[in-house]
Amino acid sequence: MKPRKFLVPAAAVAVLAVTLTACGGGSGSGNGGGGSDAASQGLDGRGPITFVTGKDNSNVWRPTIDRWNSAHPDQKVTLKEQTDNADQQHDDLVQHFQANDANYDVVTVDVVWSAEFAAKGWLQPLKDKMAVDTAKLLPATVKAATYNGTLYAVPNSSDGGLLYYRKDLVPTPPKTWDEMMSMCSIAKQHNMSCYAGQYQKYEGLTVNAAEAINTFGGKIVDDQGKATVNSPEAKAGLSKLVDAYKSGNIPKEGITYQEEQGRQAFEDGKLLFLRNWPYVYNLAKSDGASKVKDTFGVAPLPGKDGPGASSLGGHSAAISVYSKNKATAHDFATFLIQDEQQKFFATQGSLAPVSSELYKDPAIVAKLPYMPTLLTSIQNAVPRPVTPFYPAVTKAVQDNSYAALKGEKTVDQALSDMQAAIDAASASK
Amino acid sequence: MSTDAPSQTRGTTTGGGAGKGSKGGPGLAGAESADRREVTQGRWAYTLLTPTLILLAVVIVYPIINAIIMSFQKDAGLDPATGFFVQGGFAGADNYVHWLLQQCNGQACPPGTLGSQFWNAMGTTFFFTIITVILETILGFWMAVIMARAFKGRSLIRAAVLVPWAIPTAVTAKLFFFMFAFDGIINQLFGTQILWTGSEGPARWAIIISDVWKTTPFMALLILAGLQLIPDEVYEAAKVDGASAWQRFTQITLPLVRPALMVAILFRTLDVLRMYDLPAIMTGGANNTTTLSILVVQQVRQGLNGASALSTITFLVIFLVAFIFVRFLGANAVESAAPKKK
Repeated sequence: MKPRKFLVPAAAVAVLAVTLTACGGGSGSGNGGGGSDAASQGLDGRGPITFVTGKDNSNVWRPTIDRWNSAHPDQKVTLKEQTDNADQQHDDLVQHFQANDANYDVVTVDVVWSAEFAAKGWLQPLKDKMAVDTAKLLPATVKAATYNGTLYAVPNSSDGGLLYYRKDLVPTPPKTWDEMMSMCSIAKQHNMSCYAGQYQKYEGLTVNAAEAINTFGGKIVDDQGKATVNSPEAKAGLSKLVDAYKSGNIPKEGITYQEEQGRQAFEDGKLLFLRNWPYVYNLAKSDGASKVKDTFGVAPLPGKDGPGASSLGGHSAAISVYSKNKATAHDFATFLIQDEQQKFFATQGSLAPVSSELYKDPAIVAKLPYMPTLLTSIQNAVPRPVTPFYPAVTKAVQDNSYAALKGEKTVDQALSDMQAAIDAASASK
Repeated sequence: MSTDAPSQTRGTTTGGGAGKGSKGGPGLAGAESADRREVTQGRWAYTLLTPTLILLAVVIVYPIINAIIMSFQKDAGLDPATGFFVQGGFAGADNYVHWLLQQCNGQACPPGTLGSQFWNAMGTTFFFTIITVILETILGFWMAVIMARAFKGRSLIRAAVLVPWAIPTAVTAKLFFFMFAFDGIINQLFGTQILWTGSEGPARWAIIISDVWKTTPFMALLILAGLQLIPDEVYEAAKVDGASAWQRFTQITLPLVRPALMVAILFRTLDVLRMYDLPAIMTGGANNTTTLSILVVQQVRQGLNGASALSTITFLVIFLVAFIFVRFLGANAVESAAPKKK
């Protein structure tokens, strides 16, 4: 009787605990393995394909695909929409790639995912037969889609940071960081805060910290993916942010800001300068609550002695190595970078084009007046670390720069910890 | 069991088992047929249970075993020659050592790696568990006692109280995220300038407040169910005997509601031990609010096998806590149907 008495609750507890933990371990199918076999198959295949992308909120994909389908009735493209949450899109792609799913032919990847997917052997290398002419594309977008010297995705849309400023208070926008800091006295006179970006501990902090580091000549990882962040240049950059926070030029609540909180503060007239993405432009112009509708302007991010290095955003279209109809997939991916398409993406969905010519297109500029400024930003943009260990790298950057901002550790300590953490994550366990 | 069995047998014998009693004495035969019936009943029970058992094996046992096997595999590593990931192979206990000793490649994990946060996350998880369960038990009990009284609009109150529990946790989290923002309603209401999500103490309390707001109703309803099983006569008798309100509470209410209370506490405890949504959405795990579940999810993005080890550890922790509850504190959440004391 004794052991049974012991077993019943144990078994009961086991069932309870399992149903309540419910996080288990996910599927165990192997990742990795190069995928070189799959990469040499189906290169000439033509036929219907599936295009996978995040939720089509601005309705750009349906018309695009309709246009393609009416021109290619025998190679129809089917749209598969994912959620509008980036992390979930990433995990959905991972699951389908792990299952060698031949039904995900062309997928859109966020610029920070391409290296990871390429290193796992899931993306078709775009060389030889699959080569893509990237001559007219913005160099930073190509660099973000390149891993190990090979192009793995066709840049599709771009994005860069902009400096929003109050042109009623600051007639000429600052060109350098130090110039901007010297203008903070204007903010003080008007009883407002000076500058903010995104400093909550999340991906936005990586964007902002990387911008500071890259602007002053530092690099988080080199072209081989090795950590190089413990450098005097990186220190100079990160120190600028830390000093600004310490001195109050970045308000103390900045540590809780994501994109939206900063935008609201700026629209409320509480900020003199704001670093944010282009999407803020139209909102700040049209929002009912915006107090700065006619009094703000945009400029490139301030740098060391010229425009600063923005972190690059955007998406690329990649071809799955498991696709059976890669010839069609290739044609479709390159169809997306034709000027006509890119123009449609810009005017319909406010997506920043990937070729520099279009930033001067009158139709686009009429609708999106910030385009010339954005071009400067993207021309000076640096992709966030192109490394298959991106999740670990961004974690290392976030944790340590957050601690530095809050004054919990010195900039020196933060950078050497960052370096060590990236090294530890990249070394195979 | 030993006291129940004979009386049951006797019952069946007198009932209708006489017809089959051809061998031996009447008493013996009756017992035998009853035994046979028990055997066939047992067989039936197993036949009926089999589909459930198979289903449980597929959806619960298989993933668990799979996760445990994976936790002994290395995560895929990068082959520097090709730039591609290659399968890691057998890892032994490396993954567990990585977490439990916070070791990365043979040395202490540097700050900014997930490995360096294991014990911190464990501490945070238990901090949340202990504080929220205590608060929820006290508040829930209080609410249950009020709702147990007869008053006008009682059913309306009972339904209204359930509203926070009915809202999905992710929505609650987003709601409180906005309320605790620097320009949010909480700071404006109290005229404070607290960086709720930007500093450790306030961030932790913001999460605790949200969790208590959301789950106290659940606690209250479970306790209320227990309270309603106590017959009114018991209280009346106690009153006649001159027991004070406090005595009635400690001598009658508490002991009689204890089974329901223990189940409620057990469920809440297990629930908080795997808390994910609230801190993930409200703080992103910043400022010492990373729980074990957040750590698991972050690790899944970096390597599945390391995550399996971590979730196995989490599972064992929850198992242990649940075991202590069931074995030593007598919460019988699962076998409550077996012993009836009437």
